[in-house]
Amino acid sequence: MELTRRDAVAALATLGVGGAAALGARNWQRDDRSDVVDDELVRNTLVAAAEVVYPSDVSGTATFVETFLEGRLERDDHARGLRETTAEFNDVSEQWHGDEFPALSQADRDRMLREVGADTAEEIPDGTLAERVRYYVVNDLLLALYSSPTGGELVGIENPQGHPGGTDTYQRGPEA
Amino acid sequence: MSADRTPIEDADVCVIGAGPAGALVADRLADAGRRVVVLEAGPRFDPDDRFERSERAIRPAYDLPDVWDGDPERDAHVSSNEDWFYPLNHTRVKGVGGSTLHWQGMVMRLHEDDFDSASERGVGVDWPIDYADLQPYYAEAEREIGVAGADDNPFAPPREEPHPMPAFKPSYSDGLFAEACENVEVAMHSVPNARNSETYDGRSACSGYGTCQPVCPSVAKYDATVHVERAEEKGVTVIDRAPVQYLEHDADSITAAVYATPDGEHRQEADSFVIACGGVETPRLLLLSESEQYPNGLANSSGLVGKFFMDHLFAGMGGTLEEPTRQNHVGFLTSESHQFYDDADEEVGPFKLEFFNYAGPSPVESALGGDDWGDELLERLRREYGTHVGMGALVEQLPREDSYVTLDPDRTDDRGNPVPDVHWNVGERALRTLERANEIQREILEELGAEITWQVGPENTGPAYHHMGTTRMGDDPDESVVNARLRTHDLENCWIVGSSVFPTGGAMNPTLTIAALALRAAEHVDAEL
Repeated sequence: MELTRRDAVAALATLGVGGAAALGARNWQRDDRSDVVDDELVRNTLVAAAEVVYPSDVSGTATFVETFLEGRLERDDHARGLRETTAEFNDVSEQWHGDEFPALSQADRDRMLREVGADTAEEIPDGTLAERVRYYVVNDLLLALYSSPTGGELVGIENPQGHPGGTDTYQRGPEA
Repeated sequence: MSADRTPIEDADVCVIGAGPAGALVADRLADAGRRVVVLEAGPRFDPDDRFERSERAIRPAYDLPDVWDGDPERDAHVSSNEDWFYPLNHTRVKGVGGSTLHWQGMVMRLHEDDFDSASERGVGVDWPIDYADLQPYYAEAEREIGVAGADDNPFAPPREEPHPMPAFKPSYSDGLFAEACENVEVAMHSVPNARNSETYDGRSACSGYGTCQPVCPSVAKYDATVHVERAEEKGVTVIDRAPVQYLEHDADSITAAVYATPDGEHRQEADSFVIACGGVETPRLLLLSESEQYPNGLANSSGLVGKFFMDHLFAGMGGTLEEPTRQNHVGFLTSESHQFYDDADEEVGPFKLEFFNYAGPSPVESALGGDDWGDELLERLRREYGTHVGMGALVEQLPREDSYVTLDPDRTDDRGNPVPDVHWNVGERALRTLERANEIQREILEELGAEITWQVGPENTGPAYHHMGTTRMGDDPDESVVNARLRTHDLENCWIVGSSVFPTGGAMNPTLTIAALALRAAEHVDAEL
């Protein structure tokens, strides 16, 4: 199932940013916002993580992630935590696997997320690296997907919690 | 909102608390040309932060009090009855808008018998007013709040006009319940909602975010910031982060509210004072204002300030069907049954039944809380979601002397004031009522063919987050704190609005009654100025 522009806009809305106006506004090659890590690495890390934590039959992931990430980076506190966590996570990836996270194979990325403890950690925005990876990387990606219409439809709900999908779908039966 | 937190000159009225009761009183008194100041203990929240708060409602990192910036030091409290723990900070929001910021938004009128519990049911006390006294104010409150409802409830008290907006249509799962209910002769009807089913009063219709409780990002759900902002446009001054520490007074009246701010302590004088701090902080403020004249606390010559604390109790049951039930698309209810409400007597209290639209897990919340991802996670979500059904009920508890709010002398808040101790007790009648509600829920769910997987009854019930009864209304100064006009018996310029004045609680969500009483009290305050 393909993540569409509608899903990307929905993710932006869910995550608290104005919507379509922001789409495509960011130049991912430029680093003018952080002295911790360039945003291209943030973007590549999240896209690479999405390929692990999203179901295998979801496509259109890169554009979707880039779009909701724009909204995330507009929120200063969140952006700071995201950048710091991403930098630290990639440092650990280099130490343990000899390369940054986005350069690893999908199997190694899955292993790396588990090795750092993000699979069993509680999400805590100012916690340990495991807790922050869970918060800023794994759960941010899952929140964006499963509160979007396409993510919801994968499970069987067109208007998942967090998505302003109106007041028609709750009235419909499964055949509608 | 004024950044200047100094007192205003020549105030006619000082309202303490910017929840729905205080906001409505301030707005009405502004209409009457009165000079009004509102002191609010908590902050004014930035409307632009609502999406972030909505996200907090979904994410496991945040507990319910975190959604609206609860502060454990500022809001410190005690629950001294170990048998009936009371989670106070889960039940309230401190800030402009008060607990309507996180409420569910269900707005029913009390039934006629609720005003005459002693006479009609043989337990509790009668209110000093009747349904007919409040009926026009109920209608006015429905217009002010914006209520979506239908005249399809055969058990509701008489009404004089349609609701301001059409009711939300029944859910798909309501339709599943309807057949089972018909077979067991239980009548379903719509729910009056304080959320817009269409554009109303400049606010948009509900867009279905599904995080109604504890935050509506689209402001389609009413909250008291609506009337705070309206009052400010009419000239009312609202001072946030200004917790009132105590009330200065002489023998007959309050002379000033002494309040703390980030910039120091101030003293607000006024001709009249309206206390609107809810069922816990209102008695606490009166008790904190003790003096040589009133050693047991202000307005407390009856000794009843803080006594008769009540909440509604929750009864629930749910399970799964062998077919899709389409839950968690929205976060509000569309069907209830009040069929058994007026069967209440000495043994079993009034209760109402609710049919859930959000039974079982919300997939996105479930996704964030697991230790799986990828295809494995999706398979789990598909297994968990889709076939749940659930029912709830609200149950009355009677006013009891052993259920009370008092001060804990051994613990203080961030300002050095003794914290409230909510010592909650519910009594046997409430437990029997929970059992009765469970019986009917089980009958309906079994008729529906549900495999029942959970039950909340007498063994594991909890509060519905409705604080009531701690400054009760009555005609006899020895048996009550305020009179039928909501002025304290003891002090000629001290008024109390909010559910603390309820002599009994009924089993309906209290906010519409809070609003109706506030509108009525505003007329009396104005008349006596």
